[in-house]
Order: sequence, then C-alpha cells, then structure tokens
Amino acid sequence: MDINDLRSLFTVLSFLAFVGIVWWAYSSRRKQSYEAAARIPLEEDDQPAGVAGRGADQAKY
Amino acid sequence: MQSQATYNYKVVRQFAVMTVIWGIVGMLVGVIIAAQLVWPELNFVEWLSYGRLRPLHTNAVIFAFGGCALFATSYYSVQRTCHAPLFAPAIAAFTFWGWQLIIVLAALSLPLGFTSGKEYAELEWPIDILIAVVWVAYAVVFFGTLMKRKTPHIYVSNWFFGGFILTVALLHIVNSAEIPVFAAGVLTPKSYSAYAGVQDAMVQWWYGHNAVGFFLTAGFLGMMYYFVPKQAGRPVYSYRLSVVHFWALIFTYMWAGPHHLHYTALPDWTQSLGMLFSLILLAPSWGGMINGIMTMSGAWHKLRDDPVLKFMITSLSFYGMSTFEGPMMSIKTVNALSHYTDWTVGHVHSGALGWVAMISIGSIYYLLPRLFGKTEMYSTRLINTHFWLATLGTVLYIAALWISGVMQGLMWRATNVDGTLTYSFVESVKSSYPFWTIRVVGGLMFLGGMLLMAYNMFKTMASGRAVNDAPVLAPAHAH
Repeated sequence: MDINDLRSLFTVLSFLAFVGIVWWAYSSRRKQSYEAAARIPLEEDDQPAGVAGRGADQAKY
Repeated sequence: MQSQATYNYKVVRQFAVMTVIWGIVGMLVGVIIAAQLVWPELNFVEWLSYGRLRPLHTNAVIFAFGGCALFATSYYSVQRTCHAPLFAPAIAAFTFWGWQLIIVLAALSLPLGFTSGKEYAELEWPIDILIAVVWVAYAVVFFGTLMKRKTPHIYVSNWFFGGFILTVALLHIVNSAEIPVFAAGVLTPKSYSAYAGVQDAMVQWWYGHNAVGFFLTAGFLGMMYYFVPKQAGRPVYSYRLSVVHFWALIFTYMWAGPHHLHYTALPDWTQSLGMLFSLILLAPSWGGMINGIMTMSGAWHKLRDDPVLKFMITSLSFYGMSTFEGPMMSIKTVNALSHYTDWTVGHVHSGALGWVAMISIGSIYYLLPRLFGKTEMYSTRLINTHFWLATLGTVLYIAALWISGVMQGLMWRATNVDGTLTYSFVESVKSSYPFWTIRVVGGLMFLGGMLLMAYNMFKTMASGRAVNDAPVLAPAHAH
C-alpha cells in the first residue's frame, strides 16, 4: 500500500465523516437542543443604553 | 440574576472605529489606482505609482478594514454568546495595538517598494512574523473566551469565527515560509519564498484562495450568523443547516485554489480537481445565503424602514451572486475567456464590496450605538443614503468590469483567417477606457458612502459616552 492509497482512503473517510455530520445534524434527537442554540443570541438583551434605561443616557436627543 | 462582571467593550469599540477609518483609507487608495488606469499622468512619483499602491489597496481593504471589522464583531459576539467577558484583556489590547502597527508598517513599506511579490501576502518577513504573533494572540483571546463560556452550546457564529482564526494562522505561516537575504553580512528585510517553481505557485494560491474562503468568507459568515438574527430579532432560519453549512465549507474550500492556475505548468489533474471542488462549493455557499436571507421570513416588513437590515440582506444577495459567478469562472473553458481580464477584478469586487464590506458596514452600524451608549445612530437617513450609494456604486463597478472583461477576453483570443491576432494588446486597453471611467465613478460612490458613515459615527460618538459597564448576564436557561 503506497502513499496514494492512503490519500484515497483519507478522501473516502472525509466524505463519510461529512455524510455522518449531515445525518447527525438532521436527526430528530438534535431538534430541541438546536432550537435552544438558535435562540442564544436573542436571549441576551443588548438593547442600546437609552432603551434599556441606564442613567444619564435616557436624555432624549 | 446579574453578576458584577462587565463585557469588554473597549477593544470592540477601538476596532469598530478603526474599521471605518481604514475603510476610508483603503477605498481611497482603490479610487486613486482606478483613476491612475484612466489617467496614467497620475503616476507622478514612484512611491505613489500604480504598482506600489495596488498591493497597498488590497492589503488595506482586506486586512485593515476587513480585519478590524472581524476583530470587532468576533470579540463582541463571542462574549455575548458565551455570557463571559473576553479572556485575557491585556492580550486583547495587544491584538488591537499590534494589528494597528502591522497596518502602519504595511502602509509605509509597500509604497517604499518592499514586497515579497506574493498576492495578498506582499508584506516582508519582519511584518509576517509580527502578524503571526498577533494572530496567535487573537486565537488565545477567542478560544480562551470560548473555554470560559457559561452556555452549554457554542453558538454557530463562534464556529465560523474559530474556523477562520485557525485556518488563517495555518495559511499565513505556511505561505510566508521565506528565506531572508543576507547582503554584505547584514540581514535585510528582503526575502525569497521557501518554495520553488510550480510548488510555490500552488502554495501561494492555496493560501490566496483560502484567504478568500476563510478570511473573507468564513469570518464574515460568523458575522452574518450573529448580527442578522440580532438585527432581524429572529433566530436563524435553520440551525441544522448552519451546522451542515459550516462543515461543508470546511471540507471543500481547501481544495479550490488550483482554479487560479488554469492552463499553467500546474499538472492538469490538479487543475481539474480545483475546478470540481469550486463547483461543489456552490452548494454550501448557497445553503448559507438561503439560511441568512430566510431568517427574514415573517419579518420582511422590517426591511422597509431599517437601512441596517437592508445592508445585511443586500450583502447576502451579493454573496449569492458572487458565489454563483465564482464556480462558473472556475470551469476551465469559461476561465480561458475570463482569466487575466477585468472580469476577475469585477468578480472579486462583487464579493468584496457587495458581500464583505456591506455585511461589515451593517454590523458596525449595529455596534456603534451600543458601544457609545445611544439608542440609535445620529442619523438613520444618512445610513439609508449610505446604503444606496454603496449598492449603486457596487452595481456600476461590477457591471462595467463584466463588459470590459468579456470584451478583453474576446479581443485577446480573436484571430484572423491566417491565424494572426486580430487585435494588439494596446487596442484592448484603449477599448477599456470608458468602462474604467465608470469604475472610478462606482468606486467614488462607495467611498462617498463611507465618508457619510464616518460623519455619522463621529456625531454619534460626540453625543454619546464610552460604554464600559454592560453587565454580563446569566444565561436564561441556566437552572
């Protein structure tokens, strides 16, 4: 077995790994945790200072 | 429950402001070299001649403007999605000052004529070492923050930013392997590549294309996955698609580089491999674009009066357009027409102005009021004007270069019945002038938009304050 067989093998394994990732990502068991993950940026409130009502920044302009 | 810790906004603010400043500098140099093509008299002194300013333009817009935007947005979103302030604030400050020093060194050394001659990697070895050091520091801050996270899951934008940071480190270090010149016993800033011949070309374009794929794509997709949902107020359309999007990009982008070397000394099979992987790339690119745009579903009305969202969604449209064009241009027979013509330059700018710059501009407009304690930017109307200047400027630019590019390709390959060339090269140059003039106009419009942004930013800063007390929030689902 020479180096090129290993290269072919690596390509095939990479492809199988990718197929595995797709299967894993679309399995129904991941649905709930992905829905929670998708909300991560939205559940922390970074409204600008004035909107959040923080001290001196409430002055209207 | 709120802890007393506060997010590190200082370094985000520094990078965000410098994004606008370097954007203006880089795009101004772009307008100058575009004008030099139309009016060659503008090449009046060697330091400011086209050949020296062109690498300055590309380095300034990619690494100074784009780089600062990536630092600002990744530092902001990694803290907020991890509910943890930045790891090692001193190292974070070092990345800011180190990166600015690199930019200044580039702005001095390139006009003086110091170059290694590798496209997008022109900087000489002392600066290359500094880049490697700052980049490793960036990785320490970013991955250190991920390790400190209070959330169980690493949000998808961080996967893209992390992939971008790791890959750029690898690309930069491998492609910058070079041997400095000793002259008369003195170490000079001049160096030569450690690779020779076609291997050097292949390493260079493995770097060059992955600089597009990871610096200009993966990093900005990280930006997209955080700031589009935030600005739209909706979670990303499909989280599982975003996971597949990430891994598909990682598995395919690395192989696309050979399409820069079609019909060269590179072995034919390598060229075909590069073409095939470039074609495959259409799938993940469009998957990501659809995921970003469909995040708007049910909230399309927000586009009507939110110019920041307009920037973001238009950037995704340009992303879709240029990632369709790219694979088409990688097909060998199409490349035979397009290579070395203005079509390539137009393609790059539909990605660079339309996608990279517009998503950055949108994200920076999102950040500025939050970093300076304001409810919104000084003027929303000016953002809208900026949006139209940027969009029309980009369309003028790329349409002009499509026409001149295809025209050049057709003129160069035209032969008479006796086999001689129909046109001399200079005839194709002469025919390109009208389109190069339109390009100057498009570039000026884009630059004008950036000047409005700077004015809007300084007005926002003048009436605001530096926010350094944004509290770190406990994750909502931490029971």
